[in-house]
Amino acid sequence: MKIIADTGKCVGAGQCVLTDPDLFDQSEDDGTVLLLNAEPEGEEAEENARTAVHICPGQALSLA
Amino acid sequence: MTDVEETTATLPLARKCPFSPPPEYERLREESPISRVSLPSGQTAWALTRLEDIREMLSSPHFSSDRQSPSFPLMVARQIRREDKPFRPSLIAMDPPEHSRARRDVVGEFTVKRMKALQPRIQQIVDEHIDALLAGPKPADLVQALSLPVPSLVICELLGVPYSDHEFFQSCSSRMLSREVTAEERMTAFESLENYLDELVTKKEANATEDDLLGRQILKQRETGEADHGELVGLAFLLLIAGHETTANMISLGTATLLENPDQLAKIKADPGKTLAAIEELLRVFTIAETATSRFATADVEIGGTLIRAGEGVVGLSNAGNHDPAGFENPDTFDIERGARHHVAFGFGVHQCLGQNLARLELQIVFDTLFRRVPGIRIAVPVDELPFKHDSTIYGLHALPVTW
Ligand code: SF4
Repeated sequence: MKIIADTGKCVGAGQCVLTDPDLFDQSEDDGTVLLLNAEPEGEEAEENARTAVHICPGQALSLA
Repeated sequence: MTDVEETTATLPLARKCPFSPPPEYERLREESPISRVSLPSGQTAWALTRLEDIREMLSSPHFSSDRQSPSFPLMVARQIRREDKPFRPSLIAMDPPEHSRARRDVVGEFTVKRMKALQPRIQQIVDEHIDALLAGPKPADLVQALSLPVPSLVICELLGVPYSDHEFFQSCSSRMLSREVTAEERMTAFESLENYLDELVTKKEANATEDDLLGRQILKQRETGEADHGELVGLAFLLLIAGHETTANMISLGTATLLENPDQLAKIKADPGKTLAAIEELLRVFTIAETATSRFATADVEIGGTLIRAGEGVVGLSNAGNHDPAGFENPDTFDIERGARHHVAFGFGVHQCLGQNLARLELQIVFDTLFRRVPGIRIAVPVDELPFKHDSTIYGLHALPVTW
C-alpha cells in the first residue's frame, strides 16, 4: 500500500493527522499535508490510512 | 409572479425530541432524499438528506458558496446591504480559486500542532472558570459560567481582540444568528460588529506584532505585498462569530447529553482517552450548524441521480446526513464508541471548518476537567424544561442550570 497526497487539493483540516500522527503531519506554513510515511505497514497503519482517505474533506488522499 | 412549484416540506423542520433531529428527516430520506423544499426567505431549493449525496455535493466544484448571489439559499429573509458599503465576503462566502488562496493564508494558524500548543492556556482558562463556578451559588447557569466564556476568551486571545468587549460581540452574534429578529435588526448587528472590527484592524495595522493572529496576518500580508484590510476584517468577523457560538453550544449540549447518559459518561470518566471519540459522536448527533452546508449549483449537475440545474439552491441537511442509517448503524443511538469520524458536522470539501481542531481541543479539556472536578454535577431542572435554541441558525441551549 502506498499513500498519495495531493497538496493542491488539501484544505489543511488535519483530519489525517488526527487519524494517524505517525503517517501524517501538516506543514507549519500553510497547513497542508506532509506524508511522514507513505508506505504504511501492518494492519493498524493500513486501516488508519484507509480511514484518512475516507474522511479527508479535500479528497486530497488516495491509495495505490 | 408567484412560484407555484410544489414542495415537499418547508425548512426549518421542527425537532420533537431536543436530542434528536426533526423526525421529518427520516421520512424525507426514505421518500424523497433529494426533494424540493420552501425556505423562510421565500426561495425554493433542493434539500439533501443522504450522507453520500451531501458529501458529493460539498466536494463538487460545481456548487458555489457566494452568499451574495440571489441564487444562494437562505434560511432567513435576505438582508439588504447599503450601496455605499461594499460587502467583503469572508472565507465561508468565497469560491475557489479566491477561497483557496485566502484559506491557505490562515490555515497554518489552525494545524493540529498549533492547537496543541494552546492546550496549557485553555486548561488554565477552564480551571479558572470552574474555580469560580464552585465558589459561586448553586444552581448555576453553565452557559454563562463556562460554555460561553471559555471559547470566547480563547478566540479573543488567539485573534487579538479585547475580551473586555465580549458582551458587545456576544449580543451582535446572537442577534445575527437568531431566526426571530427582523432583517433590519440583523443588519444593524452585522454593521456594528463590522465597524468595530474595522477600527480594531486599523489600530492593529498601526502597530502589528507577532503576538496574535490578526497581527501575524498583517505582517504576512506586508511581506507578500498583498495588504488587504477588507479581507482581514472579514476574517476577524468570521472567526470571532464562529469561535463564540458553535463551541459554546456544543459544550452545553454535550454536558447535558453526557449527564443524561450516565453509562456513556462513566466510560469517559474511567478512560479520558475516550473523550475525543465521545466528542465526535456528540458532533454527529447534534450537527448544530446544519445549514452551513448550503450552496447553489453553477452548472447542471447530477447528484444522487437527480439533475440539479445551474442557479438552483441546495441545502445539504447535514444533520439528516449524520443520521443516515447508510452511514451510521442505529443512527439515533448515542454511542460514544461507534467511531463516527466520517460525520459532516464540520462540513466537507474545501470549506470544511477551519477551527475544528480548536473546537475539539476545547471540548476535550472542558469535559475532562468538568467531570473530574465537579463529579457530582447534575442538571438542576427537568430536562424538558431546558431552553433549547429552536429559534437559532445554530442549535444549542440558551441556559443550562446545573447543581452539584
Ligand atoms: S485530511 Fe486531507 S485536507 Fe485535511 S490536512 Fe489531511 S490531506 Fe489535507
